[in-house]
Amino acid sequence: MPVIPLTAQVQWSIPDIPWGAISPELVLFGTGILVLLLETAGPHRLRASALAFLAAAGGAAAGYGLTGEVTWPALLALAGLAQLALTATWRERPRVLSALLSALGIVATLGVVAWQWQTLAGGELLATQSGLADMVAVDGVALFTRVTVLLAALVSIPLGWSYLETRRIHRAEYYPLLLFAAVGMNLLASSQDLLMVFISLEVLSLALYILTGFAKRDLTSQEGALKYFLLGAFSSAILLYGIALSYGIAGTTNIPAVGAAVAAADTPAALAVIAMALLIVGFAFKTALVPFHMWTPDVYQGAPTPVTGFMAAATKAAAFAAFLRIFVGAMGASQWSWIPALWTLAAITMLVGAVLAVVQDDLKRMLGYSAVAHAGYAAIGLIAATREGVSGTLFYLLVYAVMSVGAFGVLSMLERRQRRAVSISDLAGFGKRFPVPAGMLSLFLLSLAGIPGTAGFMGKLAVFRAGVFAGQWVLVVIAVLSSMIAAFFYIRVIRAMFMDDEPDDLETFELEPTPGLSAGLAASAAIIVVLGVWPTVVIDLAEQAAAFAG
Amino acid sequence: MTAMAVPLGWYLGLAAALFVIGLVGVLVRRSLIVMFMSIELMLNSVNLTLVAFSRFHGTLDGQVMAFFVMVVAAAEVTVGLAIIVNLFRLKASSDADDVDVLKA
Repeated sequence: MPVIPLTAQVQWSIPDIPWGAISPELVLFGTGILVLLLETAGPHRLRASALAFLAAAGGAAAGYGLTGEVTWPALLALAGLAQLALTATWRERPRVLSALLSALGIVATLGVVAWQWQTLAGGELLATQSGLADMVAVDGVALFTRVTVLLAALVSIPLGWSYLETRRIHRAEYYPLLLFAAVGMNLLASSQDLLMVFISLEVLSLALYILTGFAKRDLTSQEGALKYFLLGAFSSAILLYGIALSYGIAGTTNIPAVGAAVAAADTPAALAVIAMALLIVGFAFKTALVPFHMWTPDVYQGAPTPVTGFMAAATKAAAFAAFLRIFVGAMGASQWSWIPALWTLAAITMLVGAVLAVVQDDLKRMLGYSAVAHAGYAAIGLIAATREGVSGTLFYLLVYAVMSVGAFGVLSMLERRQRRAVSISDLAGFGKRFPVPAGMLSLFLLSLAGIPGTAGFMGKLAVFRAGVFAGQWVLVVIAVLSSMIAAFFYIRVIRAMFMDDEPDDLETFELEPTPGLSAGLAASAAIIVVLGVWPTVVIDLAEQAAAFAG
Repeated sequence: MTAMAVPLGWYLGLAAALFVIGLVGVLVRRSLIVMFMSIELMLNSVNLTLVAFSRFHGTLDGQVMAFFVMVVAAAEVTVGLAIIVNLFRLKASSDADDVDVLKA
């Protein structure tokens, strides 16, 4: 038996991890863990918070001692102190504390993203734009999508607060789950490796399955969660098989390398086509393109309304970012194979989504089908496969995120009044009684329809223009047709609110918007109007962002 | 003892067959638990594919990835079974056709 020399020197190679590349995820994840910790601590939350402060202070001291850096250890210590102060102030009201800490965490993450953007735009690239052994890319597409996801998550906090409170299902897990889902989405947007794509997709999906089934005693919520889970796991398995075959082709899971290997002449064509088809089907499930959309209406209807808004807005943005990175970014050389497939999917999606939305009576389900149609519009930029197309899709997804969170937000307010699902006829007279919320809902719906003067119009213009310039004008004609069908059902809702008379047997009720809810909705409405009138700044940002890490 | 190398194609064929069995199982069977098992079968066929390719390429990436897939599958089981059990409490059924409150 060989003797193991215990005194032998082991050569350690400490991997050089560019923490800056994943700093937004780290901040979000840390906040999520902290909120979870404080909730589990129950009445001992002050003690837990003090421990968290000690850990943060220790981490800061160690960081300063080891690296000599001042900025981030100071910020870490400050964050530890801030959470201690907040916990001490709100120790009797744990829900307020959770919501507050989560919102602050998201704001801090937005700050970190702004810092990354600054570093990137200043010409000084963060870890040559890819970090963690090329696992993560910090490029414009990732940063822009992160902003979209974080804004949607931020607005979902006050919306969720008041909705869960009235439905008496306000439990502690909402905020950490929201944050963890946002972590997964952030990572997905910057995944530079198919393994990372899979992991981040699962991180966000697992959190969303639970959020969908958040109303434990509500059968619709449970059913939505079940369908989401089964079809989500199913589509993950399909996507994963595509990833495995891509690995077989390329010998690596790095996305640019896979793209190069697929385009190479000596690759068995059948294997490459099957791998690509499986990847497309997997992503089509996640982004809800027809015919892989079956889960969408059920899940959107069953989930608690603020969760639906968040899902529609943020999941779509993150999944499209990965879609763009894999297909436009890496597989540009084999366009002949995937553009026709996606073209067909997008065309069917736009038409079927709009037509099915027309026949819905439940407002939430109608918005679910409209989300399907919007996935089709966003896909136009993907199919254009140009820089303009990428920036158009990014801008469209941001706009869509704002309007869908807003629309579902107003809807959650209405549901509280009704204490049940809202159908279009329930809205009769709503505009006369409550002009402000009804006006906001109208604004969001008009924007979803793409009426000039709203952000939705500018978003559609951006993707349609990219489509026409890329020679996809047939697709754009289909999109315009679909928008016209869609305008019909959005305007039907507005007509019911303002033109129809109130039913006589209506019981008296009050709308009691919390300050957070009002602020969130007002901010969304303001963004819609501002982007509709003066979109240049954000469109320029999207154009700058439309570049992939090489 | 002489080892006979099994060609890569056989592994891939077996994995593809398992994957299709799982896929058909999800689409055809109506018991939620069996559907869930079929999804697990699909994931395991992917693992087989990954390990076979890993051996073929002589890199470890595929095997590492198979571990990640196992971890994710375990996490999915905890969440998925919790959802199924909770639904069973509400409905006393684990048949997919009974889950039909939400309709077009």
